[in-house]
Amino acid sequence: MKYYAYYPGCSMEATGAPVEKAIHAIAKPLDIELMELEDWTCCGSSPFSGVDKVKAMAITARVLAQAEKTGLDLVTPCSSCYTILREANELMKEDHKLAWQVHEALVSVGLSYNGTVNIRHIVEVIYNDVGLEALAAKVKRPLTGLKVACYHGCQQVRPDYGFDDSELPNWLDNMAKSLGAEPVNFPLKARCCGSSLVISETGMAIDLIHKLLQNAQDNGAQCIVSTTCPLCHTALDAYQSQVNSQFKTKYNLPVLAISQFIAIALGLDEKAAALDYNVVSAKKLLAPYFSGKASLAKAESAT
Amino acid sequence: MINGKTTFLNEVASIPACDKINECVQCGVCSGSCTTAEHWEYPPRKIIAMVRSGMKDEVLNSNSIWYCVSCYLCTARCPRNIKPANIMHALEAIALKEGYKPPTKTTTMYRSFANSIEKNGRIYEFGFMLDYFLKTNPFAALKMLPLAVNLLKHKRMPLLPKSVKGKDQLNKIFHNITTGGSR
Ligand code: SF4
Ligand code: SF4
Ligand code: SF4
Ligand code: SF4
Repeated sequence: MKYYAYYPGCSMEATGAPVEKAIHAIAKPLDIELMELEDWTCCGSSPFSGVDKVKAMAITARVLAQAEKTGLDLVTPCSSCYTILREANELMKEDHKLAWQVHEALVSVGLSYNGTVNIRHIVEVIYNDVGLEALAAKVKRPLTGLKVACYHGCQQVRPDYGFDDSELPNWLDNMAKSLGAEPVNFPLKARCCGSSLVISETGMAIDLIHKLLQNAQDNGAQCIVSTTCPLCHTALDAYQSQVNSQFKTKYNLPVLAISQFIAIALGLDEKAAALDYNVVSAKKLLAPYFSGKASLAKAESAT
Repeated sequence: MINGKTTFLNEVASIPACDKINECVQCGVCSGSCTTAEHWEYPPRKIIAMVRSGMKDEVLNSNSIWYCVSCYLCTARCPRNIKPANIMHALEAIALKEGYKPPTKTTTMYRSFANSIEKNGRIYEFGFMLDYFLKTNPFAALKMLPLAVNLLKHKRMPLLPKSVKGKDQLNKIFHNITTGGSR
């Protein structure tokens, strides 16, 4: 069992429910223990950087200061939080004035931050700490034959973190493969969904989401497997009906977060995989796998 | 840093992560990469050039920078490590602080977002959206209704904020950082 400090981020408490519930369901089977930070507050995020950068960094620093007390790696599933937490960590090392300003504010409430926290995306933790082999070994319900488009989104891989490719990443593809599925070619897998402006520039964001859905479907995907970012997942899943009304399309493409996808492959039930929370239902598509018919058909064709 | 005067360029360069703006070689990679460039009157490269020529009003009265969706393609590709995305957000912050009124609703959205954090300690999604639509165009909210209903139906949109103990501490941090001398 490996222990991590866990920072879900605000969206996980609402729109991110399907992603989050599945994360908690798969943690134990994957031998990881996510210890949620006590009394955490928002990470600050990019909209706040557009209001006041120093304040935004101070908000982020409170999270980092709390995490530092645990002595554990800080894991987050939200790509937006991940980017902001990492940025704050780096900036406070480079920019001494900023570090001092933030330090003074933290000290005034009895906190301090020494820059020692290692910030990690949960996808990277599953990829590196659990590993593809261990993941494959735990599969009880292989998703054989399922054609999936793996959506990494932008902030899981950018700015450049120096591990998965920042423009054509393939970690989710490799994970989906070790669960038995068939990742399709998906050139827009790390292009932006526009989620940060979906409230104020709705039309523009819907246009970006439309392009992603189109690209996935044109390449033969039966569903999208998305990163654990609740914002990416909601954009593709919950806003799909808005795409359909704006573009007169008929997309009905289930979007499963990788946490849900893993839960299904590990043999957990629909409840653990939080399938009821998806706006575009994946139940029909997955029925053959839950009834065992899909693997049977595959076994027959193999003999 | 012409004669050490507080120029627009100095103002921008003093914001965290924006100090390299003067090393931009105007190659245009950021503009060519930008996810939303088609909407920008002045794309990122041009904005940077305008900041360096002191065209403050033109930059801050334009809606261009407000189309930045933080996709970081510019930042990942910039050959000089300029961090254009950060510069765009820094310009947004200056525009808000100095009372510019660019023709965009994103200014209001950002304020609603920041208010939600200050009030609740976390983003309370339903409250934040409601606040934004009431301040801009309540009728536009009608378009969002099917989405809200879908999210409600699937238990993804709690109608009440969660009370977070850490919010008082967060507000003290806010307060102390503003009074502790901002840049
Ligand atoms: S990225 Fe967004 S949702 Fe995540 S903690 Fe930050 S503000 Fe909240
Ligand atoms: S893909 Fe969309 S939601 Fe995901 S990180 Fe990028 S902008 Fe945010
Ligand atoms: S990519 Fe970098 S160097 Fe090139 S114009 Fe943009 S900011 Fe300047
Ligand atoms: S981060 Fe902003 S400026 Fe940079 S490419 Fe993306 S949208 Fe354009």
